[in-house]
Amino acid sequence: MARPALAVTLGIASLGLCGAGWAQSLTAVRAASDGASRSVPMGVADARHLLGRVGFGPTFGEVDAYARLSRADAVERLLSDVKTSAGAPPPAWVNEPPTPPRSLREGSVEQRQAFQQQEIRRGLELRAWWIGEMLAGPSPLTERMTLFWHNHFTSSQQKVRFVHLMYRQNLLLREKALGNFADLLHAVSKDPAMVIYLDNASNRRDRPNENFAREVMELFTLGEGNYSETDIREAARAFTGWSIDPDTGSFRWRPFIHDSGEKTVLGQKGNFNGDAVLDILLEQPQTAQTVVGKLWREFVAPDFNREDDRGEVNRIARVFRDSRYDIRTTLRELLLSQAFWAEDNRAALVKSPVDFVVGTLRQFDVRVSDAMPFALVTAGLGQNLFSPPNVKGWPGGEAWINSATLLSRKQFVERLFRGDEMRRTDAGMSMSASGEAQGEARRDASGQGQGQGTAQAQLRQAQFRARMSRAVDETRFDGERWFRKLEDGATLAGNKGSGNAVRDLSLERFVLASAPVNPVPAGVAGRERLRLLTLDPVYQLK
Amino acid sequence: MSHFPRRSTGSSARREFIRRLMGVSLAPAMRSVASGVSVLFAGGSVAAAAPAAAASTMAGADYGRLLILVELKGGNDGLNTLVPFADPAYASLRPRIALRREELVHVSEREGLHPSLAALQPLWQGGELALIRGVGYPRPNLSHFRSIEIWDTASASEQYISQGWVARAFAAHPVPRTFAADGVVIGNGEAGPLSGGGRVVTLASTEQFLRQARLAAPGRARGGRALEHVLKVEDDITQAARTLGGGELLKTQMPDGPFGNAVRNAAQVLAGRGNVAALRLTLNGFDTHQNQPGIHANLLRQLGDGLAALKGSLVELGRWDSTLIMTYAEFGRRAQENGSNGTDHGTASVHFALGGRVKGGLYGEAPRLDRLEDGNLVHAVDFRSLYATALQRWWGIEPASVLDGRFPQIDLLKT
Repeated sequence: MARPALAVTLGIASLGLCGAGWAQSLTAVRAASDGASRSVPMGVADARHLLGRVGFGPTFGEVDAYARLSRADAVERLLSDVKTSAGAPPPAWVNEPPTPPRSLREGSVEQRQAFQQQEIRRGLELRAWWIGEMLAGPSPLTERMTLFWHNHFTSSQQKVRFVHLMYRQNLLLREKALGNFADLLHAVSKDPAMVIYLDNASNRRDRPNENFAREVMELFTLGEGNYSETDIREAARAFTGWSIDPDTGSFRWRPFIHDSGEKTVLGQKGNFNGDAVLDILLEQPQTAQTVVGKLWREFVAPDFNREDDRGEVNRIARVFRDSRYDIRTTLRELLLSQAFWAEDNRAALVKSPVDFVVGTLRQFDVRVSDAMPFALVTAGLGQNLFSPPNVKGWPGGEAWINSATLLSRKQFVERLFRGDEMRRTDAGMSMSASGEAQGEARRDASGQGQGQGTAQAQLRQAQFRARMSRAVDETRFDGERWFRKLEDGATLAGNKGSGNAVRDLSLERFVLASAPVNPVPAGVAGRERLRLLTLDPVYQLK
Repeated sequence: MSHFPRRSTGSSARREFIRRLMGVSLAPAMRSVASGVSVLFAGGSVAAAAPAAAASTMAGADYGRLLILVELKGGNDGLNTLVPFADPAYASLRPRIALRREELVHVSEREGLHPSLAALQPLWQGGELALIRGVGYPRPNLSHFRSIEIWDTASASEQYISQGWVARAFAAHPVPRTFAADGVVIGNGEAGPLSGGGRVVTLASTEQFLRQARLAAPGRARGGRALEHVLKVEDDITQAARTLGGGELLKTQMPDGPFGNAVRNAAQVLAGRGNVAALRLTLNGFDTHQNQPGIHANLLRQLGDGLAALKGSLVELGRWDSTLIMTYAEFGRRAQENGSNGTDHGTASVHFALGGRVKGGLYGEAPRLDRLEDGNLVHAVDFRSLYATALQRWWGIEPASVLDGRFPQIDLLKT
């Protein structure tokens, strides 16, 4: 987790913004880079905006480095830093042979229960692994896009059960996160977790199951209203035969349950198989619009109801299609669009629980030895990785924030910035979010509710909860180290002696995506200033 | 009791309903409803925008009467809740999990309650517990997510509405601003019937909410819809915390377990000066595909003990006669047990209504095990009949201003 202390251009002098208010600063920065010249550095405000959207809570070092780049160079650098595999070592069990689905089906009740317990445990380890990668991985954009696809091509451990398969799906989404969407669609449709999640494993010639056919059209490609019930029925026939090997858990083609007859899908007739139907879906212009619309809501703004925003989404959707679904090209277009940088769209998105938790830990350089408690905190806040609530994924946006989740979020930062003496008083209480999350994770993983717990299991659960609670409790914000970096940065940027007002403003601009709703009084400094800034409503936004 | 006639779902009626919804709740801030923001910002203009039909009944909305909704999450097995022991088909469909007549809580010559619900016996005997049998809807959907969405939004099986039915009632007939909140959701999760509008506070623990509420940072600022939403939630918290809870400690003994805990928190919410119009509680874990008997017994014990304790608290608070409690769930379970000593997703189920003004007794129809469709019970009462009853006869709201279509009301409340 340790990051090198880098020069920090949070200072304002280099941008000529001394004493300027937020709005003015933003305008000034925008004016500077509207020249669009490759050589004009975009400055702190733009760098923070860009990094907050493509990654999670940027660090000083990242803001500093990117502030010196032009927008175009910055986007290029982000895109070229993308990885196709994870850096952190996965849990050891991924290298063991997975439990064969067959053995489970044929096993005793006790064996099934033991398997369930094991998968719950492994599921938590997998969440911790991913959160760890988000915290410390070399390319936050890779994680952001992997998460984006996880929420597009949803599968949930709750139904899939085999955690191995959830892990493999994550590897697939990661590998192709910025590759080619057509490729990704074909691959994920045959991904074993997906084949189980949307019931294609039980889609047979004599007993068709339409679940995958419906969702692939409604959610993955065309969007609602762009196909008929007949299209779904016909497509389902084409997907028959895509199944799972009961011994290895891998994808298996079963020609003997495939319906090889003629089908009519979206007006085209033929003896289609599943791949042929996916190609038909990829031919439709609505597919690019569905995906680009989602990317827009992920990166740019909560909606595109305005005329010019709709036009922009359509334009980028054409780029997506013309590039034969190259995700990198499309993301570049999106991130360099005027809308992405527009002042109205700054601080316009609600941070997801992952944004909030991982972002806070990164932004304040908090050292984390075990990520599992934080996987549980994000789950408690409504985002249980590997277990989206249903095939539509997390609804996101404003739905992330209700009074319970907002107060839990605030409690989380409150604890980080309060002194040690305060920590103890609330110990155990504010973990209720993650405690419940753990219960939720249990229910999710087992697909059923409480009640099966023996006294011993309940005890284990209580002990586990206490351990996780302690871990969050013991998480420290190292104010001395953090503020020293800030000071060093200001010094390097030539801001020494530029006064408290400037320092306060620079701090504010680093912590918040726009001016606070409730300005922190001058004179409130250090840790307390951070505490108040992170309690501001704007801290929920990115 | 009779089958309700299938209502017409003509598209013009549908359009009219949507239009009315738009008129009532969407006009002030179109996007706010879709996104779950309330009509708070619209203030009094909600009433002004309400069409004549709704406006004429506004005076009747009586939110001094509290509605408590209890969700039995996962789909409760109605056949093992109110057991039709006299029907020989019951035991033959369920050779392993059927309950025997002698262990049941006596209700009628043909039906009895699960023994874990013994705590409800005094309510039954006191005529304060209504058992509404066969509650469901036409063309049932067996997916948890979709079916609970149908129940939450009071939609038809193929109709998609984004706002919860109680939230729609609040939008059409605003709760007085003097209330601490329109509704309180006990738990961390979704607001269900209360989602998509109103001043709704979600809390997992009343004490914790009141302690943490100081962290809320309400304020005024110009910004996009995301900021507007956060500011609204900050404001809702602050307002609610001013008067909710904090009253005297109640003497009623609360049962252990998550539901007892939820009931305790609900009682604490009500113990303060502040008023609310609706509360929502959840009891998780009814998706009993495996080893149902032990799990279900435990759940129903939590439910029965919890509801009895809720009554105890409400009596202490002097609210029992001004409270209506209703249970709901996405579906019941399959009539026939499965191979894992459990039951799979089904359709119609029995639901409870209780309160000081409830006319106790059996409503709806006993399950017709001889007339299953795809192995599932055919519903006798549309769930929207229960909603219409609560709207009209409890809150005094014209159901047509909230529900799409007309649903026969059930005579289960004393006037």
